[in-house]
Amino acid sequence: MTTTATVPEDYCNHLLRAGNTNCAGCGMSLGLQLIEQAVGKDDLPMLVIPACCGIVTAGAFPTSAYGVPVAASTFASAPAVGTGLTTVAQLNGEKHFTMCWCGDGGTYDIGMATLSAAAERNEDLIYVCYDNEIYGNTGGQRSSATPEGVRTTTTPFGKTERKKDIMGIMAAHRVPYAATLSVAHREDFIRKFRKARSTRGFRFLLILSPCPTGWKSEPAQSVDLIQLAVRSGLFPLYEVFEGQRYRINAEPDGTPIERYMELQRRYSSKSVNLEHIKAGIEAQWHQLHGLAAAFPAREDD
Amino acid sequence: MPRAMLTGNYAAGKTLALAGEANRNARGCVSGAYPITPQTEIIEVLRAHEFVKGRVVPVESEHSAMGVCIGGSLGGARSFTASSSNGLAYMNENVFAAGYYRLPIVMVAVNRTLGPPWNIWVDQGDSLSLRDAPWIQFYVESHQEVVDTILMAFRVAEDERVLLPVMVAMDGFVVSHTLMGVELPEQEQVDRYLPACHVPHRLRFDHPATVGGLAWPRETERHRKDIQESMERVPAVLTEALDAFEQVFGRRPKGPLTAEHTEDAEVVLVACNTMARTLRNVVRERRERGEKIGMIAHKLFRPFPRELVRQAIGSARKVGVLDRNHSPGSGGIFWQEYATSLQGRDLLVQDYLVGLGGGDVTPQYIHEVIDDLLARKHAGEPVWEEVTA
Ligand SMILES: Cc1ncc(C[n+]2csc(CCOP(=O)(O)OP(=O)(O)O)c2C)c(N)n1
Ligand code: SF4
Repeated sequence: MTTTATVPEDYCNHLLRAGNTNCAGCGMSLGLQLIEQAVGKDDLPMLVIPACCGIVTAGAFPTSAYGVPVAASTFASAPAVGTGLTTVAQLNGEKHFTMCWCGDGGTYDIGMATLSAAAERNEDLIYVCYDNEIYGNTGGQRSSATPEGVRTTTTPFGKTERKKDIMGIMAAHRVPYAATLSVAHREDFIRKFRKARSTRGFRFLLILSPCPTGWKSEPAQSVDLIQLAVRSGLFPLYEVFEGQRYRINAEPDGTPIERYMELQRRYSSKSVNLEHIKAGIEAQWHQLHGLAAAFPAREDD
Repeated sequence: MPRAMLTGNYAAGKTLALAGEANRNARGCVSGAYPITPQTEIIEVLRAHEFVKGRVVPVESEHSAMGVCIGGSLGGARSFTASSSNGLAYMNENVFAAGYYRLPIVMVAVNRTLGPPWNIWVDQGDSLSLRDAPWIQFYVESHQEVVDTILMAFRVAEDERVLLPVMVAMDGFVVSHTLMGVELPEQEQVDRYLPACHVPHRLRFDHPATVGGLAWPRETERHRKDIQESMERVPAVLTEALDAFEQVFGRRPKGPLTAEHTEDAEVVLVACNTMARTLRNVVRERRERGEKIGMIAHKLFRPFPRELVRQAIGSARKVGVLDRNHSPGSGGIFWQEYATSLQGRDLLVQDYLVGLGGGDVTPQYIHEVIDDLLARKHAGEPVWEEVTA
């Protein structure tokens, strides 16, 4: 016996099956369905999933909620295992794509060196970080993706540090394509995933992934929350081509950030320095506008 | 088969490359590699090799080196790597994972002291710290044995009755950096010796499966028991690998352990790697003096060949184990295994910690060990070379 779980025939050819163990309103469920819509059932990826909520999603042996082949890797190793898999596929002329599906802990924290190295080698991988801004699997501890002001089990008084700029880090690797994706902006999501699919080399996609359990929000409001995150300017939608050319996909519309925060009990009035957060958002847009104006994307990007 | 003067590292690197190349008509070879003294030359040789169908990925750490091997092997390619010391320690998590995934990866471990303090010399504590990982472990004496054992390692690892990774450990510097005459096989011979690598549970779209996901206690226990049963099949599979080796290459490498002068021996000394060669000379001298002393050159550490050990010890009354490793709070690791294997017998099993941190294991000191053993009435705490000498 090897720890290999199989899925019944008629459920194959789906990225994520119904009946998985995700919490209601989980951003992973939305993201994986949108990815399937983007590429179609005949072009589903081979997955590498490290330790994170995303592997719990599969359920326990001998079942699996994933209808595609999945390598469940150690926490820090998804891009390394993905390198091995995509290389074998290349050597054997296989046409499918290999996708790492990782949490923010596996991306911003423990997997950072592995991710950086795979990006530097420009491995033929789509790397997706579903960023729920927390260690969901282990019950909600801080990560370096947790925003300032957020209470987690290891920042009980609210996190004092700002979230890492992972897009800046990946852009600095000059990867062929990096983009942020919103599960509340279906068409933009699908277009950008297709762009990633048709690009070769290392592609980095960041999804702000609602997590009702960790965010202490209503499952039914997950999509609304991401809408608010984009409209308020907290989560900018943009693309970076070869780390050098920028395209902004949506401008903030003046929606106050408070509306986003009010719907989640992870932010508390005591833990949040609203002025500081607002100044951070403003600075982020100042930088992004500057980059997009000075280094605009090409028409054919 | 051409004979050439080669370093242990060069011989190891070339042999891994030959094995990788031999899978070119199947799914090729994919490996990750990261340098550390004294193993570095191996990965330089691998990176310089132009594979027909293969790639050695220059990764950023040992953890990822094994990660790439895991991905390559899960994709059905032949995978191999090499490391030493702190590199093996850094790789630890994925070493365990590779075995638990049941992947037939081959790794050369060039034994070096774990630091701090930083010490690059030979000590088997690095690979032995992985004794509880689901890996087969060989300890080899000579340059030729490095080549032969690596080739056999692939046959054993990839055998469907086994499907476990294999570590081949050689002495840092003493073997890795010294030149010896070695018969390096031709590609055509390796092609004949190694069947196409077939990983039955490789990831594939016509049978989508989640490999390495969650499991309940019952399934996990079955998984562990399967590994144990596979380990138990290793000696038989190894014998077949030796037979096949003899047919293709015209000589027979050593088996799990080699008992020398043990038939009538009252005292038996045990050693692995190059220590066994030094020990052999000392035992010969003592035999010439008429002393009934024998030895075991121990090669297969996992699975531990308990029955072969019991047979080899025969009716000896005293066993002295030379350990170039130290398990703090216990003693030598080979000694622990010998003591366990021989429990219930009326004999003395004494541990001698020798050459720790790369100190020379001299014939003079081995003579002292033998004298100590001959005079001994009871086994005691492990004997430290520096403290006693
Ligand atoms: C080496 C190692 N350290 C710690 C853990 C425990 N662990 C498992 S998942 C996880 C957090 C995962 O967080 P993230 O990547 O953000 O994904 P999420 O669970 O939120 O989906 C931790 C700490 C582990 N599996 N391996
Ligand atoms: S804890 Fe959060 S990320 Fe994990 S499954 Fe639940 S909603 Fe999804």
